[in-house]
Amino acid sequence: MTAISGPNQMTTPAATGSAWGGGSPVEAQGGTAVVLRDLCCIFGTVRALDGLSIDISPGEFLALLGPSGCGKTTALRILAGFESASSGQVLVDGQDVQSVPAQKRNMGMVFQSYSLFPNMTALENVAFGLRLRKIGTAERKAKAMSLLEMVELADRAGRYPHQLSGGQQQRVALARALAIEPRVLLLDEPLSALDAKVRVQLREQIRALQRRLSITTVFVTHDQDEALSMADRVAVMRGGKLEQVAPPAELYDEPQTPFVAEFVGTMNRLPGKLAGPGRVSVLGREVVARGPFANGPGGQDVDVLVRPEGLALAPVPGANGIVSAVTFRGAQSRVDVLLWADMAVKVDVPSPVAASLPVGSSVEVSLVSDNVLVDQAAGQISVNQEET
Amino acid sequence: MSTQIIGDVGLAEDLPGISRTGGQRRRGLLAGPGARKRPLRVWRLVVLAIAGVYFLLPLYAAFRFSLAYNGTGVSAQAYTSLTSQAGFGSAIWLSTQLALVTIVVELLLMVPTTVFIHLRLPRMKRVMDFVTALPLVIPPVVLILGVLDVAPARLKATPFLLALEYVVLAVPFSYRALDSGVRSIDLHTLVDASRSLGGDWLTTMRRVLLPNMRVAILSATVLTVALVLGEYTMASLDEYQTFPTWIVLFSSQNSHVSVAASLMALFLTWIVLIGISLIGGRSRRGQEKKARRLTLLRPGQPKRGVS
Repeated sequence: MTAISGPNQMTTPAATGSAWGGGSPVEAQGGTAVVLRDLCCIFGTVRALDGLSIDISPGEFLALLGPSGCGKTTALRILAGFESASSGQVLVDGQDVQSVPAQKRNMGMVFQSYSLFPNMTALENVAFGLRLRKIGTAERKAKAMSLLEMVELADRAGRYPHQLSGGQQQRVALARALAIEPRVLLLDEPLSALDAKVRVQLREQIRALQRRLSITTVFVTHDQDEALSMADRVAVMRGGKLEQVAPPAELYDEPQTPFVAEFVGTMNRLPGKLAGPGRVSVLGREVVARGPFANGPGGQDVDVLVRPEGLALAPVPGANGIVSAVTFRGAQSRVDVLLWADMAVKVDVPSPVAASLPVGSSVEVSLVSDNVLVDQAAGQISVNQEET
Repeated sequence: MSTQIIGDVGLAEDLPGISRTGGQRRRGLLAGPGARKRPLRVWRLVVLAIAGVYFLLPLYAAFRFSLAYNGTGVSAQAYTSLTSQAGFGSAIWLSTQLALVTIVVELLLMVPTTVFIHLRLPRMKRVMDFVTALPLVIPPVVLILGVLDVAPARLKATPFLLALEYVVLAVPFSYRALDSGVRSIDLHTLVDASRSLGGDWLTTMRRVLLPNMRVAILSATVLTVALVLGEYTMASLDEYQTFPTWIVLFSSQNSHVSVAASLMALFLTWIVLIGISLIGGRSRRGQEKKARRLTLLRPGQPKRGVS
């Protein structure tokens, strides 16, 4: 039914559009609006969610991103109906579904651990939800087979879960979740148990499928790479609260809080001084400052958060930095520089430029960005976050 | 490929054209030096032989005794006359009924309880371990006297009171069998997956959990059957002639037949055990066969996508 391209061609969501595209056994949906409003969830003495509010548009792919224990899975499980919120509302198309049991919410879910029913074949697993909806045997099998074809596993229809690889099991689980034509698709770290290559392929395929079906999707992950590459918007959570929700590019370029800045991507912390409201002086330049500490009194010490690509290097004898390492990363290379002899910073430069910067050479580190995020001075300058 | 790389067991498995079968793995053919294998095997055989003698010698002695029906020579009369002995048929029938009722009540009680404890009250697991072990440490005499004291007269008039007592006695065995069965599956995820697809609790239990706990349920059943076919104290105090009480009573009349009946009971229990094992094995083979059949229905399908 579907024109299939080889797995090696599935390198971008656009490319995968043809792989998992075409006619579908699942109707493309208008999507369902989901609103989480002031959700609180308390387990004993632990406040898993603390006033979480997110609006999810129909057909949107939202990623919940955050470190372990930030409450992202709890939020997803409340949405699925597996947990109850202590307070707050879960609105699906404007209706509060808090009192609706999980089995009646019609939300498809793919779990982190392999959740296929071991006693059923791949086909029976996919048909399970349809069987519970009293769909006739012939129609049920035909639809389940179509879904398996959609995830390119029709030839494994008769296999039991233990006869499938991890990636295949998760694709069957995805087909099973889509078979019931859910109002919302919930993905609870479905890729985390897979190896790197399969993970990349599958995330592109999931994204292509979600775009084609226009199904409202909530994807929980702690992998920023996954979140940034798949989602329309990413909600960064911390301590049960929402730090920022924004499209991936905005989240990366204009993080609203130091936590988001340091959690997403690599970030350098440099010492600076406020030069007045909304202005900061750093590395000899005065630029626009933003963030909660940007409007402090002039002369106040702050930390300035700058991405590796927000800095530049020039080979200058006796300058402020010494190259300590160079890592080739394709078109760009990452240069580790010891700034002022005691602070490590990372700078991304074009690889030809990096080639002319041997380890031990003296370089001038300068600021390229005109708009930086400032944070309370920590007294230390360090690289806070490594890329995944 | 260099010899050094192939010499590394971990890497050798990844090399094209080199794969290790399960048999090779077990035999350690690619596992390097296997000098310590031979002494280990000898010791295994020695331990097995000692255990075999310990268990089989009394059975052999009992068998020889049962064959000496007339005091001299060898005769199978103890076995051939078994079914015609007074009270034998009714005792077997009562024990069978009791076993069936006990199994049904036991499973209806313990399967949901075990699932519920794991799913909703995981902190109670230790308490359950303790509580379910109590029938092992409380003497059956104490249990039966207590039950006879409080049981309603109508219940006391039927042998099914005995079945309810057996349910209590079987709890330590059935709970542990079911507990290990539940631990072997990802209970939370399977339940959540079923519910998210629209399954209520009954459907989830019937279509998802019970089929995946089948081996544990069969184990619990076998243990319960073995217990019912061997329990004497409670049946004796309740004054019912079950198979074990019949064996004891009949031993005063003809000890050869009594011993033959004991051996037959043991043999029957083994048959049940083997039967259940075969059912489990056939089910697995059936799965494989079904998988092959469904795969063969779609010949020539290219292997596509992520694997």
